[in-house]
Amino acid sequence: MSTSLAPQVLPEKPWRPTFKRVLPDLFGALLTAVSTVLIVAVTPLKGKLGFSLTLIVMALVFSVLISGIRKDKKAAFNSVSTVFVYIAATFVLIPLFSILYEIYSRGVGALTWGIFTKDMSLSSADAPVSEGGLLHAIIGTLYLVAIATIISAPVGLLTALYIVEVKGRAAGLVRFFVQAMSGVPSIVAGLFIYAVWMIGLGNSYNAGAGAAALAILMIPTVARTSEEVLRLIPPDLREAGLALGATQWRTVAMIILPAARSGLITAIILGIARVAGETAPLLLTIGGADAINLNPFSGNSSALPYYVWKNLSLGNPESIERAWAGVMVLMLLVFIFFTLARYFSGKRAGR
Amino acid sequence: MSISNESEKFNEKNKSEEKMNDVHVSSLADVASSHASKKQPGTAVLGTGLEARGVHAWFGKKHVLEDISLDFFPGTVTALIGPSGCGKSTFIRILNRMHEFIPTAALAGEVLLEGKDIYESGTDVTKIRLRIGMVFQKPNPFPSMTIKENVLSGLRLAQLKVSGEDELLESCLRRAGLWEEVKDRLGEYGGALSGGQQQRLCIARSLAVNPQVLLMDEPCSALDPGSTLRIEETIRELSSTMTIVIVTHNMQQAARVSDYTGFFLSDGGPGRLIESAPTSQIFSNPKEKRTEDYVTGRFG
Repeated sequence: MSTSLAPQVLPEKPWRPTFKRVLPDLFGALLTAVSTVLIVAVTPLKGKLGFSLTLIVMALVFSVLISGIRKDKKAAFNSVSTVFVYIAATFVLIPLFSILYEIYSRGVGALTWGIFTKDMSLSSADAPVSEGGLLHAIIGTLYLVAIATIISAPVGLLTALYIVEVKGRAAGLVRFFVQAMSGVPSIVAGLFIYAVWMIGLGNSYNAGAGAAALAILMIPTVARTSEEVLRLIPPDLREAGLALGATQWRTVAMIILPAARSGLITAIILGIARVAGETAPLLLTIGGADAINLNPFSGNSSALPYYVWKNLSLGNPESIERAWAGVMVLMLLVFIFFTLARYFSGKRAGR
Repeated sequence: MSISNESEKFNEKNKSEEKMNDVHVSSLADVASSHASKKQPGTAVLGTGLEARGVHAWFGKKHVLEDISLDFFPGTVTALIGPSGCGKSTFIRILNRMHEFIPTAALAGEVLLEGKDIYESGTDVTKIRLRIGMVFQKPNPFPSMTIKENVLSGLRLAQLKVSGEDELLESCLRRAGLWEEVKDRLGEYGGALSGGQQQRLCIARSLAVNPQVLLMDEPCSALDPGSTLRIEETIRELSSTMTIVIVTHNMQQAARVSDYTGFFLSDGGPGRLIESAPTSQIFSNPKEKRTEDYVTGRFG
């Protein structure tokens, strides 16, 4: 047999750039860096702004030059657009990482086990950071998010189903109002609950009222995202269900919703992301507290954004450090929740 | 109820409706009775097929189908052929009330299942669709369900109770010609199958609710020749137990699988049924010039 004599064939990726091919680009990057440093050192351009502007211009100049010399005019234009895309991506990432870094570096100092186990009922505002904690705010936020989700997930989902599946007579109108509602400033939602639920109906501050205000903000987000997700479900799945003699409700429940599951979970996550950090509606509805309140429907409550706002406005150094810790805990909480939701939605979809 | 009875009744009806000059129903009925005598044993379980009577259809103001009268006999395969845009798909969707999902759709005429108009007001449309199943152009297994769940989904969807699900599962997959290929992987998702297997899975899914009529709207147009052949074999095997209507663009396919053929054509206006007759006649000796031109590939 000739198989043993044939040269052994190894898997390759010939489309990958070789070192030789990326060498001119590396050279261009080096030239850009060197020239930028030189220009900033020699000319009056100073500071971070001057540096980054020079860097952009130099990157443009050298990438155009190198690709223009090596190839042609078309390649030069192409490299201009590439440079702009990279610049835009960098500009998006800079503030993001800057915020994350700032929160971490300022919040990590106050982040001890104690703040997760204690509230502020026994500590004064100017007590050392090691005293007291923000458990009451964590519990408040969990209550707020949970109740707001319990209200808005079904309402938002059913609204989306009405628009996409039922296609009722008022679908266009409902869609318009949902879109309009997603532009409502968050304080208006708080004001609405304050005016109707508290002044109008004579109730007092509690977490339930805050959750109702958050739900007003969350419903449009959930409804709009679910609508988009449901529209992506191929229409032939719907027809297949109906052609098997199913009612519309059975088709939706057994085929459409399972097929859209991970997208719908994402819709709810986006809704939670929208409201978890909201402060303005809470200022008017939950009243604020320093002690743990386990009853969400009676008595003042706190929340992480509220805790941050309150401690910042107190102004003394300990409170400001507590505020940063609060920001970090809020961020971690949202992050943990997202990861869990992603994990479960992905796991079930793939079973 | 025997089929010869039905066709006699039908003959009488036909005499009174001589205006349907485009439709060669009398010849169809003759063949039907000979067919029935040929297939005498076991025909009683087949029901009485499906009859379309003077069906018109509109989308908005546009008249897309004009005065279609066509019979589908139990235990036979009827192919609907014709160029694109002639209304065949609209017509087949009218036969199990899928037409009404298009918001601008309108309809006139009757579709009789066991002599009862399926469009009669007060008819439970879900029961109609249980008895008249449909297979679509693109294979559409439910992505969130396994192979087993897909086959049995019709029962769940219509909330039917069946004893011996496993036997039903096997018999449906066997009848759809898929059992040997999937018997060891019933727990896998339907989307993991090849296109042709998916389409046979969809056929098995339609069979699970035990329909009397199976409508197939270009079931092979998205498939390769090998898979097409398997589906055609499946259709031939199924035809002994039910009424099958198949829309196809492939004339060889119509010639291979069908007993009767209806030729649809639109001259820019609404689609009409130009000729319907036993398939051999349509392909060898059509009465209409236009049919001959189409089946010989002179246009379309």
